[in-house]
Amino acid sequence: MSFTLDRRTALRGMVNGMAVAVGLPLLDIFLDGNGTAMAATGAPMPIRFGTWFWGLGVNPPRWFPSAAGKDYELKVELASIEALKHKVNILGDFTLPLDGKPNLPHISGGIGIRTGMAIDSDRGLPGPSFDVSIGDVIGTRTRFRSIELSATGDPRNSLSGRGNGNLNPAEVSPAALYTRLFGAGFHDPNSATFTPDPAVMARRSVLSGVSEQRQALEARLGAADRQRLDQYFTSLRQLENQLDVQLTKPAPMQACVVPPKVPDLPVNAEIENVMRNHEIMTDLLVMAMACDNVRLFNMNFNNGASSLTRVGSTITHHQLTHEEVLDNRLGYQPEVTFYVDKCMEAWTYFIKAMDAVKEGDRTLLDNSLVFAHSETEFAKFHTIDNIPMMTAGSAGGRIHTGQYITGDGSPVSRVGLTLQQAMGVPVDRWGTGSLETNKIIPGLIV
Amino acid sequence: MSGPFCHRARWALLAGLLLSACTVEKAPQTAATPDASFAPLKTPLGQVAGMRRLTEAQYRNSIADIFGPDIKVAGRFEPIVRPVHELIATGASASTISPAGLEQFDAMARNIAAQVFAPDRRAQFMPCAPRDAAAPDADCAARTLMPIGRYLFRRPMTQEEIGAFVMMAGKGAGDGQGFYDGMQLAMAAMLVSPQFLYIIESAEPDPAAPGSLRLDNHARAARLSYLLWNTTPNEALLRAADEGKLTDPAQLAAIAQKMVRSPRLEDGVRAFFADMLLFEKFDEMAKDQIVYPRFNPDVASALSEQMLRMIVDQLVTRQGDYRDLFTTRRTFINRALGPLYQAKVSSMQGWVPYEFGEGDDRAGLLGQAGFLALYSHSGRSSPTLRGRAIRELLLCQPVPNPPGNVNFTAVQDVGNKAMPTARIRLNAHNSDPVCAACHKITDPLGLPLERFDGIGAFRRTENAAPIDTAGVFEGTAFQGNVGLGQALAASKSTTECVAGRAFQYATGRMPEDEEATAMALEQGFAADGYRIQALFLRVATMADAYRVSTPPLAKPQVAMMTSPHIREGDRP
Repeated sequence: MSFTLDRRTALRGMVNGMAVAVGLPLLDIFLDGNGTAMAATGAPMPIRFGTWFWGLGVNPPRWFPSAAGKDYELKVELASIEALKHKVNILGDFTLPLDGKPNLPHISGGIGIRTGMAIDSDRGLPGPSFDVSIGDVIGTRTRFRSIELSATGDPRNSLSGRGNGNLNPAEVSPAALYTRLFGAGFHDPNSATFTPDPAVMARRSVLSGVSEQRQALEARLGAADRQRLDQYFTSLRQLENQLDVQLTKPAPMQACVVPPKVPDLPVNAEIENVMRNHEIMTDLLVMAMACDNVRLFNMNFNNGASSLTRVGSTITHHQLTHEEVLDNRLGYQPEVTFYVDKCMEAWTYFIKAMDAVKEGDRTLLDNSLVFAHSETEFAKFHTIDNIPMMTAGSAGGRIHTGQYITGDGSPVSRVGLTLQQAMGVPVDRWGTGSLETNKIIPGLIV
Repeated sequence: MSGPFCHRARWALLAGLLLSACTVEKAPQTAATPDASFAPLKTPLGQVAGMRRLTEAQYRNSIADIFGPDIKVAGRFEPIVRPVHELIATGASASTISPAGLEQFDAMARNIAAQVFAPDRRAQFMPCAPRDAAAPDADCAARTLMPIGRYLFRRPMTQEEIGAFVMMAGKGAGDGQGFYDGMQLAMAAMLVSPQFLYIIESAEPDPAAPGSLRLDNHARAARLSYLLWNTTPNEALLRAADEGKLTDPAQLAAIAQKMVRSPRLEDGVRAFFADMLLFEKFDEMAKDQIVYPRFNPDVASALSEQMLRMIVDQLVTRQGDYRDLFTTRRTFINRALGPLYQAKVSSMQGWVPYEFGEGDDRAGLLGQAGFLALYSHSGRSSPTLRGRAIRELLLCQPVPNPPGNVNFTAVQDVGNKAMPTARIRLNAHNSDPVCAACHKITDPLGLPLERFDGIGAFRRTENAAPIDTAGVFEGTAFQGNVGLGQALAASKSTTECVAGRAFQYATGRMPEDEEATAMALEQGFAADGYRIQALFLRVATMADAYRVSTPPLAKPQVAMMTSPHIREGDRP
């Protein structure tokens, strides 16, 4: 009893925004000797995948290391990741050839990286984003297939979806996220008792009744609408899955502790609110992964044409990138750089929060692969070659970490291809047009 | 069957149906007319010509109309993505539902069903009582679910559907649960079914054009209802569809005529303009508290409502000319907006009519603070954003994006004493011909509005310098917002734009020849004196809108799908 209290107390500190390393006692009953599998079932520890997006790039000379290879040098704009540098890869010098299509500012870059396609006109995602393909492999057995988040408000701030312009909307409110993750329907995996809820069983059978009507409707559809209906039924399948999970006794998860409720907080693009909402959403997401309720996530810190603002400023981060004078003495735009630093500070918070959760000898971060990227290299000129990217975590030992990897001008789709392969997606060729590639990044995969 | 029920019946279709002593807006139920709400669909369902996801407002209005406005719809709606330069209505025709979106729809559905079958409410929605509240009762379940399904799916359910939902109710009533638990589950299943979440437009062979298709009766009922009233078809419309009246042009026109004259047209007009004018942007609008201390959440929420009230008053209540919307001096204000307009409104009054003085530069839709604030930066006005919005939203003239590699060195610096006004700053910026090309399109329409700041408050000067409000449009020079409003009112582009949008809104698709459709509609619109009722009536009844361009499907090949072992998750 007192043990439970201690764990809760320790984690509460984390949820309040301090990324402290929580010294949870190693519970041998949960894990096998080396922390790679759960003792109770012998099942391997879940490997998670997620993306972390920030808009408007960096100041390249102040961010990219000078030389490729291991033990890279940390430039000033990346200084905050120092403690976790050995778990982070920096990726640079990849290109995004558009094959004559226009560079839609703040749109082509992010979508190109995530779909391997150069977008023609601004009609949303032209094809599936690769996180969705990874979700088809790792996301089908958890309560949530994936969790999308936006720390700046706007549920449309998302780069994840199955294509045709549709996207997985982002959760914007920390309080709503809490309810979704830990409200009704959450089952503490460490609870000693488990009784399947007959009401859930009834709902489960009713949903299969809905999916049985698929055939009658599908016979009436042309190809385009049939594809849309397929997506609906994929979503329905996920809903059924959630109920299946609720009807199955969950495997114990060592680090899972239900976090305290979060209050209703303002949701907008003002930077201090964004930082706080990002921290709270990060803590909730990390705990949902520690409880194995979800293995896939997409966190959007800000949006592509970043609407971040500061109290007292007449214009946004995005406008600043265009309108602020390049300070010749400093060599960069100081007001813009304030936001770049905030983005990197938030990224550091995010990976530290994942690394603070112990899973045996490893951490949740070690058992994950997080892909961070922006949508431009240098926003003032909308450049989309050499877009800054990172990975964090080793996906349970499948990824080499701690290196600066350069693409030497090869297409950025190699990154998406490599990450999909690392996560078990059966794909050996990915991307369209000049972005089509079958060349993974060899130094990345173990 | 006393007063309160009659009052409810006006809203709650189901309650009205079951307590048929009330006849408000309903066809009477007599022994002579077989009761359509308890009959399955007679003809098989046709090929699907379109699937349009319900918008949040359509979902809410439908639930309120079917079950009564006291049913709470609590939850977050997956946004429908707007294709650039198009309507949410056309986005809805391509919209899917993501796992997170369906999760939300499912939670809402269960919540609504629980309210409908709550002990104090269910009697209104049930024509029978179960033999035993602790056990399934297929007969009573069927009799309750058939009318509900008919309203939710906007057509009678098929025999198979009735069987499926009754079976769900039965399963849900077993295992320690009672009859009403089963009913809740079955109804929640209807509410997450694609048949409800999508307006499914089904087609039938067109006798007038062998080999091609037209929308069938029930699809037409839904089209009329969502277009004109932004809600689900009522009993009268469903009955007209059951009786096959809506494929007859004369009867369709007569019914549409009646609907256009109803006060409920206001809901349709509001929804149309909220879509055309990108009102979803109001949700994201943020103003800087230090620059604009007067701007608060009450002001923010009043801005869009003020614009809609002005639009409804001019176009629906007064049945005025669309062009006068840009010059009218009549608007509405409430207490929150009072300070912005330098007018006093007491908190008792709510929204009150307000008339600008003659020559007041506020006249017309573009002088309203909502438009001015939405197309501004968080801390200052923007002639470029305003000009672009006028071009794209009101004239349907897309403005190119700034080139990706443009160098903004001739920058806007609000604090620069040498460049006190936006016009001077933009002139400096436009010394670069690459920039000037696009700013020439936008700025002459935005600069006349410069006497209104970033939240739409009036100002005479910017940084103590006088503001020049000269503008030019289609070769005519003018001054200020009043001049701008007159210029827009005089342009064919303005009326063509709204006419084309109305067609896209009605059909959920871009016409194959966008310009020709808009021009043809504009001619009729002009002949009707630019009355919005007439325009809506035109798009609601034009044969083109009901024609189906996709060819008939070959006989459906369902054999490969019949294996009960194939499920979504199993296929590669």
